Amino acid sequence: MELVCPAGNLPMLKAAVDHGANAVYLGFRDDTNARHFAGLNFGDKQIREGLAYAHDRKVKVFVAINTYAQPNGWERWTAAVDRAVDLGVDAIILADMGVLDYAAERYPNVNLHLSVQGSATNPAAINFMQRHFGIKRVVVPRVLSLAQVAHLIRETSVPVEIFGFGSLCVMVEGRCLLSSYATGQSPNTYGACSPAAHVEWRDTPLGQETRLGGILIERRSHAEAAGYPTLCKGRYQVAGELRHAIEEPTSLNTLDILPDILAAGVSAIKIEGRQRSTRYVSQIARVWREAIDTCQRNPQGFRAKESWHQVLAQVSEGAQTTIGPYERTWH
Amino acid sequence: MPVLNNSTHRPRLSLGPLLYLWPREQVLDFYAEMLDTPVDVIYLGETICSKRRQLRPEDYWEIAERITAAGKQAVISTLALIESDGELKTLKRICDDQRFLIEAGDLAALDFLEGRPFVAGHSINLYNQRTLSFLAKRGLKRWVLPVELGRETATALIQSRPDGVECELFAFGRLPLAYSARCFTAYNRNLGKDDCQFCCGDYPDGLVISTQDNVSFLALNGIQTQSASTHNLLSALDEVSRLGVDLLRISPQSQHTADIVRVFADCLTGDLDPAAGTAQLAGWAPTGLCDGYWSGQAGIASVLMAPKR
Repeated sequence: MELVCPAGNLPMLKAAVDHGANAVYLGFRDDTNARHFAGLNFGDKQIREGLAYAHDRKVKVFVAINTYAQPNGWERWTAAVDRAVDLGVDAIILADMGVLDYAAERYPNVNLHLSVQGSATNPAAINFMQRHFGIKRVVVPRVLSLAQVAHLIRETSVPVEIFGFGSLCVMVEGRCLLSSYATGQSPNTYGACSPAAHVEWRDTPLGQETRLGGILIERRSHAEAAGYPTLCKGRYQVAGELRHAIEEPTSLNTLDILPDILAAGVSAIKIEGRQRSTRYVSQIARVWREAIDTCQRNPQGFRAKESWHQVLAQVSEGAQTTIGPYERTWH
Repeated sequence: MPVLNNSTHRPRLSLGPLLYLWPREQVLDFYAEMLDTPVDVIYLGETICSKRRQLRPEDYWEIAERITAAGKQAVISTLALIESDGELKTLKRICDDQRFLIEAGDLAALDFLEGRPFVAGHSINLYNQRTLSFLAKRGLKRWVLPVELGRETATALIQSRPDGVECELFAFGRLPLAYSARCFTAYNRNLGKDDCQFCCGDYPDGLVISTQDNVSFLALNGIQTQSASTHNLLSALDEVSRLGVDLLRISPQSQHTADIVRVFADCLTGDLDPAAGTAQLAGWAPTGLCDGYWSGQAGIASVLMAPKR
């Protein structure tokens, strides 16, 4: 089982490689990837250096081109695919059927992965993508229980990658328009959820307010910590009661169910967080490397170490973690 | 031979699938009523939750037969999110039936429908010409523009579309914004999804959630999240007609759906001015109107309806 770690810049890539990643994923500096944040991502010079660094250490490099191209801008996506191929990356992670069609036709020998943003949650969807685009891996959205993941793996010959740790998307990735409803820009169209330019923090007598596109998505006491300003994790009024109506500000952590993930036949575990720090990826990669190795040696005897959880808790967003949709009670 | 002038092109009206859980009798009455309205196309079928079984595929097929007999086109819509094996089997059974056109909601339906005529619903991510031509080669006859896309992309796609492929816009209704594994209605009633007690049935137009400063923001409908505001493109009727849009979709709501259809129809025939029509629609939208997506802005914004400076 491969450990796939995020790299928002060259120091993060090196840290991921040094601390035990089997593969790192990254994006270009534009809206062709789903972490289109200022100051993040890679130019050609950094990718070349990163590729050499990773390949010297037998670590793979994937490039995410996983947003949706519109007619005005289409060439940016095809140019990104051309560029990734020219650079010699190990796989390209795509979501858009049009871009997949372009890449599969033009570069039949290049490894294409279906991004989580491609929204394939069942064997028929995956088989369709395999038949037409020859995808070599699918990253499945965070909606399936682990039993469903195991079933999916039995029903398709495409290797399956799942998210194991990091910020938790509550909605099916690639089909969530909440951000554009509030701001005009979504992960699909712009490569970011809750783009920073639309976020406003304000201290008021009633508490600290977070607004997205002018809409009040959270008002918290000054003592509470503020998380990433996604509107799905804010508090709203539901039938007169103030509550987290969609999800609490939790993040995903599947360390405790690692033996089950391994037994299900998952091919790769992905860590979320290209927008996070070098320290984050160093800590996470080290813990997950040790956990995966320990689990593979003795799955029956595996028990997540308290010290691992402590390290992960320090770098988690929000105070709580959850096994999320992999556990049926979350649904 | 008479040539149709572009300026006389008018879109037809469609009725989208019912997104909410209503009692069976209410659903049957609703479709009986819709047969008498000036919609040309009626989409029907469960698109949100596989646990909702008040009506089975056989029931929808029976209604579809009646729709066809009334001279309208019936299209069977399918689940937007397929997770379980049972859902996949039901989808396969629906897609194996050849009598009616089928609207794909999930990629899985594309797998089953490839090679025969089909409609791509708004939850299929068709954002560019290459995806459009790729799906047209597989049998696509009509696509519903993803709701976050606006006039710029609609125009480019319509101009480059393959022959015989129709474009439909989601023109009226609470916007379908997101899908999840979690049932948000049950979650907010402190019930588990597996013990949901069909509580979404208590909210015939969705459960509205409001911001802490009292703005109606979203409507929860089982695993689907909708906008609380009702998206309305009636104000853009002349523009979408000029663009060559083929169909305008009206999404069912528990009250006034037939009235809404008639307002659109009267505006299409020129018997009613779209501004006057919009004023009527505003009175029937549960929590206000919006249209920002069409102008490339936040979906919640009202751009078309804003007073001209």
